[in-house]
Amino acid sequence: MKRSTKRRLRQGGLYAVLAAIVVLLALAVDWANVRANFWADGLGSNWHDLIVTGVKNTAIYTIIAFALGLALALLLALMKLSDVVAYRWIATAYIELFRGLPALITILFMAFAVPIAFQWRPPGGTAGAGVVGLVLVAGAYMAETLRAGLQAVPKGQAEAARSLGMGPAHTLIHIIIPQAFRIIIPPLTNEFVLLIKDTSLLSIVGAAVGQRELTNVTRDFLSSGDTAGTATSLMQAALLYLIITLPLTRLVAWLEKRQQRAR
Amino acid sequence: MTTAAIHVSDLHKSFGKNEVLKGIDFHVDPGQVVCVIGPSGSGKSTLLRCVNRLEEPSSGQILVEGIDITDPETDLDDVRTRIGMVFQQFNLFPHMTVLQNLCIAQRTVKRRSKKQAIEIARANLEKVGLAEKESAYPAHLSGGQQQRVAIARALSMDPDMMLFDEPTSALDPELVGDVLEIMKQLAAEGMTMMVVTHEMGFAREVGDKLVFMDGGVIVEEGDPRVVLADPKHERTKAFLAKVL
Repeated sequence: MKRSTKRRLRQGGLYAVLAAIVVLLALAVDWANVRANFWADGLGSNWHDLIVTGVKNTAIYTIIAFALGLALALLLALMKLSDVVAYRWIATAYIELFRGLPALITILFMAFAVPIAFQWRPPGGTAGAGVVGLVLVAGAYMAETLRAGLQAVPKGQAEAARSLGMGPAHTLIHIIIPQAFRIIIPPLTNEFVLLIKDTSLLSIVGAAVGQRELTNVTRDFLSSGDTAGTATSLMQAALLYLIITLPLTRLVAWLEKRQQRAR
Repeated sequence: MTTAAIHVSDLHKSFGKNEVLKGIDFHVDPGQVVCVIGPSGSGKSTLLRCVNRLEEPSSGQILVEGIDITDPETDLDDVRTRIGMVFQQFNLFPHMTVLQNLCIAQRTVKRRSKKQAIEIARANLEKVGLAEKESAYPAHLSGGQQQRVAIARALSMDPDMMLFDEPTSALDPELVGDVLEIMKQLAAEGMTMMVVTHEMGFAREVGDKLVFMDGGVIVEEGDPRVVLADPKHERTKAFLAKVL
């Protein structure tokens, strides 16, 4: 037998096995039951609350946590690159602490322990406290990304700026930071996607009805409404999350590819 | 007696245990063009970079227009505005247009108005023959054009002197001429220049003084035409035999 014929036969065999498995699964599954559980009748009434309350709040919390987290991360990254040893230590300790803890633990701390211990409530109730927790965690992760970005700017850039008489602050603001951000746009977009998904952790701390994010609203529909007792709202939420995150992860892939070509 | 533009005495510089400069004494007078040559690793670039304190000297003294830049009390940023520097790798700011490259330090350091900064920038671009490139980004320019922009950027700060760190070493051979032409023009205008270079032709034609360095010391210095034609020291002879 010719080599090419052999290869074609082998590939054909593999496809046949795959098709057989798919057919068997399709026959074995009780589709009516699956549909009743995953996509029950009456799901139409869920969409409004899932989107208008859930997606909206998820977006708001993500954007707030990202913006504040980024500011915190920049501060930490600069501290980590500081000449002052104590600053470097503090930044390192902070980053290690909040990267080492599960985000959920940090969120629970901020929502329940910190308000009692320090007699201080972050604005926005428990949801706001949860967002503060997300900021603390996101700041730690993005700080490492930013530090890498700052260090990736060629040394000659700072030298050129300094040789023109620009001071350290001007050099940082006008020359180093803008270039660092360009370098880290792909990983930063990635962090943004992770943050979108992490907002679902906020569903654990409870929030007023109008402040619930997507996962929390979804949980309401598990026990109430036309689709109560089925996983329909979970399927809807999964779909909504993917509609938001998939374009973003594709964007990251595209940005990375473009950056590689530019090099 | 006029103050030397650059006066270096007993300069030492070590990177860790590696002593790169082992006691350098030399000076550049105002209006002089001094070319520094020598094999790679001889310390010539380090010497140049010490003059505007991009490298911190280990010991010794450097006076720029009589100001001791090794003194911790000296305002380095102020001194640096009077010393233009041109790098081997150009080091243009890639996220800014040519015009922005020329304006950023004028605006932030010299606090010039936007209008005035642009005016000065345009005049200097004109000088290096790249007036039409003001809105281009560095990535879209050839190496030679980038280096000419870098020279214009340094000139926009109205420096009293210019340091050149192997300005043509990263260029394709056919682009070297344009950059050297600008440097000759600058020299003719009376700019004080210290040039680390491998361009012996430039040194011979434009230089007022040639300094040959090897192993972290100045081996020989003098009139370029004399040194190049009739080197006194064996090491100079050996080096020139290789490069000429």
